[in-house]
Amino acid sequence: MTIGAEVPRDRAKRLLSGRGRYVDDINLPRMLHLALVRSPHAHARIGAIDRADALALPGIVAVLTAADLETAVSSWRAAHKLFPGMAAPEQSALARDVVRWQGEAVAAVLGESRAVAEDGAERVSVDWRELPAVMDANQALAPEAAVLHGDMANNLAFAAEITAGDAEAAFRAAAHVAEEHFRFHRHSGVSLEPRGIIAEFEPGESRLTVHQSHQTPHQQQDLYARLLGLPEHKVRVICPDVGGAFGLKHHLMADELVACAAARLLCRPVKYIADRLESFLSDVHCRDHEVHARMAFSPTGEILALQVDDLFNAGAYGQYPRSSIAEGNQIIRLTGAPYRHANYQANLRMAFLNKSILGHIRSVGHPIACAVAERLIDLGASRLGLDPIAVRRRNYLNEADFPTTSVGGVEFENLSFTACLDKALEIIDVAQFRQEQAELRTRNVHRGIGVATFVELTAIGPEYYGEGGQHISAQETCLLRLEASGAVRCYTGATDQGQGIDTGIQQVVAGVLGVPLSEVEVISGDSALCPMGGGSWGSRGAALAGEAALRAAATLRQNILAIAASLLQKNATELTIEQGMVVDIATTYAHMAVSEISRIGHFQPYSIPGDVTADLTVVERYATRGRLFLAGNGVQIAIVEVDVDTGIVRPLRHLVVHDCGRILNPLLVREQIRGGAVQGIGAALYEELRYDPAGQLLTGSFADYLVPMAGEMPDIEVAHIETPTETSVLGAKGAGEAGTAGAVGAILNAVNDAISPFAASIAEVPITPARLLRALGRF
Amino acid sequence: MKAPDFDYERPADLPGALDLLARHGAEASLIAGGQSLLTLLNFRLAAPELLIDIGRLAALKQLVETDRHIEIGGLLRHCDLAASPLIARALPLLHQAIGHIAHPAVRHRGTIGGSLAMADPAAELAACCLALDGQFSLLSTRGQRWVAAGDFFQGIYATALAPDEILTAVRLPKGEPGGISIFDEVARRRGDFALAGLAFAATPQAGGLKGVRLALLGVADRPILARDTMALLESGPLNQARVEQAAARIVGEVDPPEDPAYPPAYRRHLVGVLLRRTLQRVLMAFSA
Repeated sequence: MTIGAEVPRDRAKRLLSGRGRYVDDINLPRMLHLALVRSPHAHARIGAIDRADALALPGIVAVLTAADLETAVSSWRAAHKLFPGMAAPEQSALARDVVRWQGEAVAAVLGESRAVAEDGAERVSVDWRELPAVMDANQALAPEAAVLHGDMANNLAFAAEITAGDAEAAFRAAAHVAEEHFRFHRHSGVSLEPRGIIAEFEPGESRLTVHQSHQTPHQQQDLYARLLGLPEHKVRVICPDVGGAFGLKHHLMADELVACAAARLLCRPVKYIADRLESFLSDVHCRDHEVHARMAFSPTGEILALQVDDLFNAGAYGQYPRSSIAEGNQIIRLTGAPYRHANYQANLRMAFLNKSILGHIRSVGHPIACAVAERLIDLGASRLGLDPIAVRRRNYLNEADFPTTSVGGVEFENLSFTACLDKALEIIDVAQFRQEQAELRTRNVHRGIGVATFVELTAIGPEYYGEGGQHISAQETCLLRLEASGAVRCYTGATDQGQGIDTGIQQVVAGVLGVPLSEVEVISGDSALCPMGGGSWGSRGAALAGEAALRAAATLRQNILAIAASLLQKNATELTIEQGMVVDIATTYAHMAVSEISRIGHFQPYSIPGDVTADLTVVERYATRGRLFLAGNGVQIAIVEVDVDTGIVRPLRHLVVHDCGRILNPLLVREQIRGGAVQGIGAALYEELRYDPAGQLLTGSFADYLVPMAGEMPDIEVAHIETPTETSVLGAKGAGEAGTAGAVGAILNAVNDAISPFAASIAEVPITPARLLRALGRF
Repeated sequence: MKAPDFDYERPADLPGALDLLARHGAEASLIAGGQSLLTLLNFRLAAPELLIDIGRLAALKQLVETDRHIEIGGLLRHCDLAASPLIARALPLLHQAIGHIAHPAVRHRGTIGGSLAMADPAAELAACCLALDGQFSLLSTRGQRWVAAGDFFQGIYATALAPDEILTAVRLPKGEPGGISIFDEVARRRGDFALAGLAFAATPQAGGLKGVRLALLGVADRPILARDTMALLESGPLNQARVEQAAARIVGEVDPPEDPAYPPAYRRHLVGVLLRRTLQRVLMAFSA
């Protein structure tokens, strides 16, 4: 069976040998290069813009401002109808009157090369009138705060509350209450390939062709058509090789829209590639939450109640088209989700302030929801003198509880917390670690172990954005074309940005159809060629596009067997396809090759007896119904060593036991988990976008924004539990969020365990050396 | 992030390079490995009119051993020094420090002359040269002069180099037999700029130390010598009490600049930790 096999992906060989073709590798005739004039201030009124010096420079073709773009492109508001009352201020491709973060673009300089365009951008002068910068959510919501958006009374973008049971009463009755104030700082997805686009407008046919490093070509096609006022079928979005995306590339970005508008106005192709500084300044960011939470326990460690208050910010606007609410929403819905508890009270507030827009980056909200609950459990267990692992075990939702809807309102079909924990404890001998830990402490070596249990929400159903009013497809379609030679071309709406979903889909098609893997080619990332679909984000590729591919392959198989049965004068139910051959089930006799049927079907259809038509191109589709997410789950265990003199934390071991249902390809799943865990460890220890009080980004390069590097990373051990979802035939759930979802919680608990002899604790990530030593009172 | 326009010359020999530099002086920048300059150019923090590429000047790639010194050509790359048995034997401090410099890709392009002329306050080699009391050869069409490391570094990215001079070589005294050399630093990730670092050289003498040299990196606007601590360490036998005294002394001797991510108190603390660890290693060597 091809499904479930460890198949290495062909694309990886090509990319690793340097033969990738990314947007920046593409050059079109007469192409112009775009450089943006970006605000040096976090908050300022835009006065006169003087472009004469720039236009005088040889090689500069145009300098455009918001006024120039007004006829070419509309503005937008990031509303979401499932969150009524959420403020959705108007945003335009170039800032109009006011800039609201350092790096927001105010003018577009088009030149014959990027270098000359940058020369031009330096020569554009803007008459800035600085306004007070609002850099912290608490400050943003204070009565005296400067208000970012003129049509709002204050900076509160949204507030919400979830209540279940009677939390207050449960806290009053509790034997112990664990309480902590957490700070999760801002970071981003940091893809190796930055954002990039080439927009080409053909005025004769009024046709816009876009090459973009992106996750959702059909969504972009719809957005560009609507915002630029073009018929949708005149817009084509092609995503060539994409060098990492992590959610960073499934949004509309104002910069890229400027490139489209400029291409339309100038009727020349326009390339824009974000450089690293621009990426840090103006990519969508994530996290930046302040969470106050408490958990009530019985004397035996039962979780009686949980209370969560999340204060976060959207940055300067809501992110379009999805809005910025999801991260906070996930936190209040998911905190404590693995555990049976009935009394829950959660609040969230989202503010606007003068930073780049907060979007959906890998594992939206999950790492925070997980870290908060897992830390509270460790705190509670320690106070009650209980084993923290035993406390988890006794509170886990168990088989008997499923299916269930969590107090946060999330449906769980069937999750495997206990099985994952058991497996994790088979791999890591906690008792032995505790012995070593005690022995090492006598030599001033401080190691700690941290456990985190997480839920992973994947494969968002159509109701979330469908009801929200967004044009975001949650239905996946697969088109299969049996070529005359018998080979199969598979067109999918899922996109591959390095995660290898192409190979997973290839395996599904080959496996269901019964042909060798090498006979199937997967084509994706082209809004004109591929069937409408949602692209790849939110861990939806395997679960949704995989199921659509399964259905298409089953239909094509049926059609092939119908022809074979007619030719062989047999009943189709007596036949099957194996290794590209039509085989008699009873005798295992190989009657004929699929290629023979294909040849006859395409070139000699008249020779097929009866009324059987040669339907050798098929389309099938799949969408979940009445289910917002397919939930997966897992357990992570981290072991770290803390240098209590320098504050440096070294991860020594990191284990992820994970359940994503049916596994298409263990190689792909393991790499998803490993990459995700590394990003989570990055968030826990290194990655942080820091601003000064005036709103100047302090981390504009890789010298200051630290990403986890191979030298510091332990081998990420991965083990699987397979609990297939029964909502589909394939049974796959998503796997892309899991690594990131649990790593912060596991590392935070491990560090706190390591420093427990010093009666110190920390609840701020990333855990920088200075923060840790301050927590230890060392300076 | 593209460099501003510049002219480019690649002189065939050292006199040619000196001549270009004499004519263009302040408007020109030398480029060798480009590991600092290219970043500055791409961020448009530097905009020289002319780049003079000295990367192929064989005259600056010599490694010479004399009776008392090692002379290292300015164009020798970090990887050249790391692979040199002569450096490992005669300049163990340098040998240890090179392992902390960035990553292999950088070490295969970056040069010792380039690093010293850049004068990053967190540079490993600068602190080693200061600890070893190195002399730098500065050459121009006006002639050659030797400047001591202590006089060469004048502030953040500021040196004694005149606009028409090339740093052609570094002369470092060979380690004494039985001498102790220890380089250590604290960085968030291996290869990062150090938050604080220390280059230590001394010779054991009767249970104590003589000729103590202790240079610090990453804690001031340039590499600095911890002179009070050096004196303290030479003032008597080395024991646990003196280790603690020295660690306390050095914390009071440094005054790191403000930095929101790494407060001065944190860097001061690190200097004490590094010195304590260094001296523990010395004590262990004594008792071995």
